[in-house]
Amino acid sequence: MYRLTTRTRAGTATEIAVLVLVLAGLALPAVTPRGVIQDLFFILTMLTLAQIWNLLAGYGGLVSVGQQAFVGIGAYAMFAGVILLGWNPVAAILLGGLAALALAVPTAFFAFRLQGAYFAIGTWVIAEVTRLLIAQWKALGGGTGTSLPREATSNIMGTDAIRALFGVREAAARDILAYWLALALVVVVTGCIYWLLRSRLGLALAAVRDNVEAAQAVGVDVGRLKWAVFLIAAAATGLTGALIFVQTARISPEAAFAVTDWTAYVIFIVVIGGIGTIEGPIVGVLVFFALRSALADYGSWYLMTLGLAAIAVMLFAPKGLWGLISARTGLHLFPVRRRLAGPKIEGGN
Amino acid sequence: MILRLENVSKSFGALKVTDGVTVTVPRGEALGIIGPNGAGKSTLFNLITGNLLADEGRIELLGRDVTRAPAMDRVRMGVGRSFQIPQPFEGLSVFENLLTAAAFGRGGREAEMVDDCARILEETELLRKANVLAGSLSLLDRKRLELARALATGPELLLLDEIAGGLTEGECKALVATIKAIHAKGTTIIWIEHVLHALTSVVERLLVLDFGRVIGIGAPDAIMASQQVREIYLGLEV
Repeated sequence: MYRLTTRTRAGTATEIAVLVLVLAGLALPAVTPRGVIQDLFFILTMLTLAQIWNLLAGYGGLVSVGQQAFVGIGAYAMFAGVILLGWNPVAAILLGGLAALALAVPTAFFAFRLQGAYFAIGTWVIAEVTRLLIAQWKALGGGTGTSLPREATSNIMGTDAIRALFGVREAAARDILAYWLALALVVVVTGCIYWLLRSRLGLALAAVRDNVEAAQAVGVDVGRLKWAVFLIAAAATGLTGALIFVQTARISPEAAFAVTDWTAYVIFIVVIGGIGTIEGPIVGVLVFFALRSALADYGSWYLMTLGLAAIAVMLFAPKGLWGLISARTGLHLFPVRRRLAGPKIEGGN
Repeated sequence: MILRLENVSKSFGALKVTDGVTVTVPRGEALGIIGPNGAGKSTLFNLITGNLLADEGRIELLGRDVTRAPAMDRVRMGVGRSFQIPQPFEGLSVFENLLTAAAFGRGGREAEMVDDCARILEETELLRKANVLAGSLSLLDRKRLELARALATGPELLLLDEIAGGLTEGECKALVATIKAIHAKGTTIIWIEHVLHALTSVVERLLVLDFGRVIGIGAPDAIMASQQVREIYLGLEV
């Protein structure tokens, strides 16, 4: 007599639109200049990091400010794979994910003993310690960093085919490959988060976010859930970090473990777009990119404007820009809400 | 026997909040717990549910020693609870609150739980608001949701913590009728309550706690007539 529904017309339309956008995105390098591809690579990788942080904080209640540890360790593991093991950079990206996963185990072991703000600070401290340790690794350039060897960057798998297909130079072919990988990564990460939120684990995550004690009282294994989310997020962040530094081909501890670039901007994107929704980070990354492009020449005014924008959104639209849009229109592009349909329910027939 | 506590104690620092509590609850009984504020009533619930672990003593549930078992295991063994201050999952709808409890408390698939959740929502008069966000509910509806969510876990032992507190007389009557109906179906209930007329209209025995110790247990009339209880709990001079 009663039915559970999650599917909406907007959700179906979004799925079709995403499919069209991905196909168009794959073909885009044929018609756009290299600068646009580099900008899109930046947007896609920041969106991936934002979706992952949103999963951690917006759904799992784990407000980490140490995600740069996983970007950095992922990037350094990729470099180690290339320089020390002679791997192809694309294959070495997987090593980045594994290294981040391995780092996440001791990080969670210590950080999960802390709550709230202490957890946030704890993750930051662990990231700093990791940066200092990595800076001692002389084989990868120590404190000053290093670059991917010329023979490795000129021989990345797939770039020859891209050069032949689009008639571009080696560096541009490498950018196109990185862009395609970023596109694939953001689709997989967002798709997996969407699937997770629609599964019963999504309910458990929301319950833990809202009230840990009550979640335990209904049988949710809070500890195991937090571990799972933290490890998955770390591995995905490590893969993203490795990919980012395949594209730059140059690494240093300061760049790879930058709290501003890999955590502060990511938090800005999620907060301004709308925490706890898949749509929020998408809106947030577009606003962030627009501000970054518009204010690139204004030095410290850029950061001050970002700060003011974040404060304004937190004061006047605490659920972010997407929260504002959603409240006014009732629109959910990625519906995760379960609705009970049936007799005697308001709007349930 | 569904629950047996043997000499259970719990301290927070130097303060002993549960002091050698021993009680047996037969299957199908409704047991009321009363006592002044700070007597250790909610702590006793937390020890039964596993939200707190006992320092001493033994807790048996359905004949199994669960003294060190985590809260999650006890829920799956059939312990459902409500909280004194309602703690809904505010970002989820009323229905999703129940679905979470049903899916994890019983360990089944969501689709199999839908009709049962709808039935519980109807019993607790929340069906109409099934798709409303829990964070936007009134106090009465939050209390109803506490009860409904506990029921959704499929409890054999239902622990109710001051569920009638703060309600009007009419709201309280409606809630008592719902609790009576649940009890009539065979669910064992342990109910902490200060609204004594509501409590005594449901329970078969009353247990009185003071400074973490059991100072009386028995039929409600006999307990309420006890001079010691009247002095400690009701503040009447004897």
